[in-house]
Amino acid sequence: MKIAVCVSHVPDTAAKINIGSDGKALDPNGVTFIVNPYDEFAVEETLKTKEKFGGETVAISLGSDANKETLRKVLAMGIDNAVLLKDDSYRDSFSVAKALAEEIKTQNAELVFFGKQSVDFDNSVVGQLTAEILGYNCISVVVSFLLEGNKITCEREIEGGKEIVETTLPALITAQKGLNEPRYASLKGIMAAKKKEILEKQPAALNNSVEIISMKKPAPKQAGKILGTDATAVPELVRLLREEAKVI
Amino acid sequence: MADKILVFIEQRNGKIKKSSLEAVKTASDIAQKLSGSVEAISIGNEIENLENVGGFGAGKVTHYKNADLENYSPSGYADIISNYSTENNIDLFFFAASSMGKDLAPRVAIKTDSGLAMDCILLNCESNEIIATRPIYAGKALIDVKLTSPKKVFVLRPNVFNSGTPTDKKAEVSVVNVDSPNLSVKVVDIKKSEGKIDVAEADIIVSGGRGMKGPEHFKLVEDLAQVLGAASGASRAVVDAGWRPHSEQVGQTGKTVSPNLYVALGISGAIQHLAGMRSSKYIVAINKDKDAPIFQVADYGIAGDVFEIVPAMIEEIKKIKS
Repeated sequence: MKIAVCVSHVPDTAAKINIGSDGKALDPNGVTFIVNPYDEFAVEETLKTKEKFGGETVAISLGSDANKETLRKVLAMGIDNAVLLKDDSYRDSFSVAKALAEEIKTQNAELVFFGKQSVDFDNSVVGQLTAEILGYNCISVVVSFLLEGNKITCEREIEGGKEIVETTLPALITAQKGLNEPRYASLKGIMAAKKKEILEKQPAALNNSVEIISMKKPAPKQAGKILGTDATAVPELVRLLREEAKVI
Repeated sequence: MADKILVFIEQRNGKIKKSSLEAVKTASDIAQKLSGSVEAISIGNEIENLENVGGFGAGKVTHYKNADLENYSPSGYADIISNYSTENNIDLFFFAASSMGKDLAPRVAIKTDSGLAMDCILLNCESNEIIATRPIYAGKALIDVKLTSPKKVFVLRPNVFNSGTPTDKKAEVSVVNVDSPNLSVKVVDIKKSEGKIDVAEADIIVSGGRGMKGPEHFKLVEDLAQVLGAASGASRAVVDAGWRPHSEQVGQTGKTVSPNLYVALGISGAIQHLAGMRSSKYIVAINKDKDAPIFQVADYGIAGDVFEIVPAMIEEIKKIKS
């Protein structure tokens, strides 16, 4: 079985975000980029599934040359092959999904893993969109995954619990934290990843339907009052919550 | 342009979710500006009080009924909504960004050729054009977007838009029995977390961080949560340390929340945590370190020992509530 995993290259969650001079995009200066945290769970599940059932794995990433760093990292974790869909320009979720779907079709992968969302634009939709374009069954925000023959059973995180969801291959699964513990790359893996070729392709250009008008930082919050340093401040705190904020 | 707006009404156990009513009210405000109309769709088996969506501004609501659709089926639900849209010439779709809405909206967007704005926190309508504001990088930045496609899907973050006070108006309810729904992906069961309020839906959240010093002290977090009728949350540090489950994590790789009140106990305020909770309406911080970044976003703070202050808070709140 061929298994594909789609990965994105995103600013570190510890990064401060600054807006570029055009007022529409991130200023990448001084920002460290990492493998999208949710994609690490997707990569781990891809590797576990291959270990169980055999087959071949491929990682696909859409973006600039910088994404090669993320692809090298997942190759080092044990993914067999990597494809970079090279495009520096802004793409909305649909346009990203369209390009990924094309490549998944070319790769003939019948099982696909995604992270549940990229921690940059936080749309949490590219997985579902890609599945719809491919006509694959899709389960999102998955915290457990079981494949038996053609049948898939997942637990999906919802408000206050989990849904048990069933479907069949071909399928696309989006991973939530808790699905597994992503492995660290071994030294051998890191050395092997350096030698591997990353296949570069040019995805077809597409019109976006989501136009960014402006990007800005949220208004800074006024720092509030420090009411004291011990329990004597508690009655005043509770009074303010009740009378000023009216939240309790 | 008289736009037709369709709002998806989410039900769980036959009860309408509050976030869907927020979506109806918001859609109805937008419809007024566009001289459009609002109708609603709901999918499930028995659904209580559907006519009440009228009070929030929907003229009619269609209930697609089938016992197999009582629980969510992504394939079944998406097919029904897109078929409805074709038959009724829908221009705009509104969903709540709940776990169901976030899963379903992109599927409907593809099937109906619509542009998609996820997790909106503000909608402005200027000269017949809707500008959506949405957080990115977990709220470290905001973008204003415009959808250029003829059909558009807006997905609204729960607990941000006000559902207002409903009027007495009732919506006209019609029931359509669904013959053979597409169940290629289907929820077969739901496991509930016992008696706990989820951070994603709570009006008040009490969260604990590393300052709680160990998993055994989270009883204190839960006790304060209980007297406040709140959900308990946690910082990434304590989730990664295995003290608390991931479902409680607030922050960039956990949940982004905006409750009416967020109480941070022993949380210093790492940038990824602040991103996930800074849009809370009121923030209280209790932390020993008066220079902790959490105090920069807190409305009220006490720079002291959580183990002394939290028990006093529990007593004081019990006193005023009795």
